Amino acid sequence: MTLATIVDIASWLLMSAGGLFVLIGGIGALRMPDLYTRMHAASVTDSIAPILIITGIVLQAGFTLASIKLIAILLFLLLTGPTATNALASAALLAGNRTEQATPYTSKDD
Amino acid sequence: MTAVFSIFLLTLLIITAIAIVRISNLFAAVMLSGIFSLLLAANFFVLDAADVALTEAAVGAGISTVLFLSALAMTAEHERSVSTNRGIALIVVITTTIAIIYATFDKPAFGDPAAPIHQHVAPWYLDTTRYAIEIPNVVTAVLGTFRGYDTLGEVFVVFTAGIGVMFLLSARSGSKRQRLPQASEGLRHYLVPRVVGRMLIPFILLFALYVQFHGEYSPGGGFQAGAIFAAAIILYALLEGEDRALVALPRSWLTTMMVGGALLYGGVGVVCMLLGGNFLDYSVLSSNPVAGQQLGILLIEAGVGITVTGVLLNIYHAFAARDKF
Repeated sequence: MTLATIVDIASWLLMSAGGLFVLIGGIGALRMPDLYTRMHAASVTDSIAPILIITGIVLQAGFTLASIKLIAILLFLLLTGPTATNALASAALLAGNRTEQATPYTSKDD
Repeated sequence: MTAVFSIFLLTLLIITAIAIVRISNLFAAVMLSGIFSLLLAANFFVLDAADVALTEAAVGAGISTVLFLSALAMTAEHERSVSTNRGIALIVVITTTIAIIYATFDKPAFGDPAAPIHQHVAPWYLDTTRYAIEIPNVVTAVLGTFRGYDTLGEVFVVFTAGIGVMFLLSARSGSKRQRLPQASEGLRHYLVPRVVGRMLIPFILLFALYVQFHGEYSPGGGFQAGAIFAAAIILYALLEGEDRALVALPRSWLTTMMVGGALLYGGVGVVCMLLGGNFLDYSVLSSNPVAGQQLGILLIEAGVGITVTGVLLNIYHAFAARDKF
């Protein structure tokens, strides 16, 4: 097995794992009971998922200018994503959105 | 593969458009319109229209969302329900849709090289740019030189729109307004967004300069750079409060920028005439016609960027300074 194949497999694994985390984040954002837990689920898509996906693409690009640009994009996403989540959470808290003391198995509707 | 991706994006666009129409919460509608613009930008990028994609992302998804939100801050959060007879509207929409779909049967197939649009002047632009202007981005050459009149018109449209919005919104700016102290504080008490935002603003400004002055070599130019510049200043205004942003870039400067950019563009044209050429024929600006063309494009793009920044920031401040009804 050549080095190129190993790099290909590694990048494939990283990108698939990243895609899986995006999917998990999406399911969580739909299924979680209230705003804060939903944000907690959705924040997976802008923390771990870009790390995995962009690392996978960097492996594909190799030591090129494209890789440097991708890493810059990754840094930008890692700075702004959690900041946006933080701003959203504090705005929700300020607007009076409190978590309801509900068990995970009882939704607000029933 | 590209076709599959395009169809996927277009389907998402339609879903988003229907959601925008159906939702009654206006904040959600604004957010959805931002998503719509971002999807559209991705679609443009798939179609290799990187310049348009950049504009759509910067203006549609970025600035418009902020402007809509600041407009919404003055009105209610929910759409007022209207109970008019929708039968006529439905008939009109269905008829128009059928007519448009029927009209598309006459259009050339997607990507057909024999389509009139690819045969008319496009080959001449592609060919002439190579030896007469010598810049890699043909879009910038078309925008700046070949269709310089159109772009001048666009700049004046932006300028006129800015004047119109300012007339409508700042009619009372002369009167003494009682503003609540916390209204101008922005997000100063939120530590994390403030620290990260302050850290990012210099990079956003740097990127705007790159988009502005690298527009001849890569996607970008005055319109996109102006929007990114304005976005950086609006971010500053959101984080630090209106007043500090106005200290950094006072209103009088913004108005000067609005006028100055448009004048710079028109002035380049007049200088061309004074030097013995046609209006906006930059070849006479330098002893070497190619260098003259490049200098002209650089100057008019700077004019475009300055006007767009001034107009967008002026509109934003006009919205933000307005009291709640």
